[in-house]
Amino acid sequence: MRTIPVKDIIENIKEMCIEANHFLTEDMKQALNQAEVAEKSPLGRQILNQLGDNLQIAAQDMIPICQDTGMAVIFMEIGQDVHVEGGLLTDAVNEGVRQGYQEGYLRKSVVKDPIYRENTKDNTPAVIHYDIVAGDKIKITVAPKGFGSENMSRIFMLKPADGIEGVKNVVLAAVKDAGPNACPPMIIGVGIGGTFEKCALLAKKALTRPVDERSGIPYVCEMEKELLQKINQSGIGPGGLGGSTTALAVNINTYPTHIAGLPVAVNICCHVNRHCIRII
Amino acid sequence: MDRQITVPCNEEAVKELHSGDYVYITGTIYTARDAAHKRMYEALEQGENLPIDVRNNFIYYMGPSPAREGRPIGSAGPTTASRMDKYTPSLLELGLKGMIGKGKRSDAVKQSIIHNGAVYLAAVGGAGALLSKAIISSEVIAYDDLGTEAIRKLQVKDFPVIVVIDSEGNNLYETAAEEYREI
Repeated sequence: MRTIPVKDIIENIKEMCIEANHFLTEDMKQALNQAEVAEKSPLGRQILNQLGDNLQIAAQDMIPICQDTGMAVIFMEIGQDVHVEGGLLTDAVNEGVRQGYQEGYLRKSVVKDPIYRENTKDNTPAVIHYDIVAGDKIKITVAPKGFGSENMSRIFMLKPADGIEGVKNVVLAAVKDAGPNACPPMIIGVGIGGTFEKCALLAKKALTRPVDERSGIPYVCEMEKELLQKINQSGIGPGGLGGSTTALAVNINTYPTHIAGLPVAVNICCHVNRHCIRII
Repeated sequence: MDRQITVPCNEEAVKELHSGDYVYITGTIYTARDAAHKRMYEALEQGENLPIDVRNNFIYYMGPSPAREGRPIGSAGPTTASRMDKYTPSLLELGLKGMIGKGKRSDAVKQSIIHNGAVYLAAVGGAGALLSKAIISSEVIAYDDLGTEAIRKLQVKDFPVIVVIDSEGNNLYETAAEEYREI
């Protein structure tokens, strides 16, 4: 049994909220650079060039990449041989978010009640997903999620008879419907299988996978490539202003499901696909 | 084509802008997003005055991140415009001339843009750090309690936008995507 004090969790999550909102991962930067070279539309290339400049300014001047610094989505993969000491783990995660959003000059975008909408003023609570895994470490993923793209995400409860073509059709329909609202070029996270809530979680988690890493399941890998190609033939383009770069990647995760169902979730993320991962 | 525009401006100047033009805005604009629009709409319903005179002015759908010391504003990119669709025609009727945001607008908004000789412009979504560099000053002038959603008066210099829906109703989101569509 290894003991981890809550102050270590608070400190790490604080730093990760700030880091995720100012620096994208290397795979995302490369994908944007490659897109600028390949883009067919002159205006599209100009927009992709601006997005590259935006990343540089954000890092140099410590200005958040996007003003929507998101609702903090946090995956906690906890080794079952870890003992957390000094307080409640959930309180520690939220305290880390509170400190990170305050000290990092990040926007507080969370309202206390979905109907009455009073801002909590510290961006808490976070949305936290716990998973118990083997080992004596905690893997933390901080993924601040902006709502321009979150609002364009969809869940479809398909019939088994709809099959793989049915899945492809709903993914393409969701992306087409999102269009310029989701700040293309987008990253498309797809969850297939499980239950209503499980497929949404699969899709969310898929967004944290590197954009240059394909699924290890052969048919899923093929579907990721085919969907990306078709999405980029839609013409939506950078900023929705026309072009051949509508998405940078389609990441699909699957899970066993029920004999009667084929749930599909499409979680759309803009090009500011933020996530910061640490193992403590 | 590339154009420069100084705002506030009248209908004549707005009619010079065409769908697809790249425009640099200089002058004074106001920010308002979801909560400020709701409050302005409710004020109008009650027969009250708005906290800003929208005539000949431009509204930027934006809620910034907090400014670091010595800077006018934090990250400052556009938010999705369609959430303001319900409230927009009333403001256009009062003489609002321009809106800066990102994403699709309803048909009712498009018709009101045509009817009132206005324009809808897109700033690049997710480029809030870059766009903040074109903002010289920022001052909260109404609804302070709304935090990031308060109404701010911004001085901007060469703020880059693209004309999406012009005063004749041409819509770049429809025409440009069609040009590059392969399936």
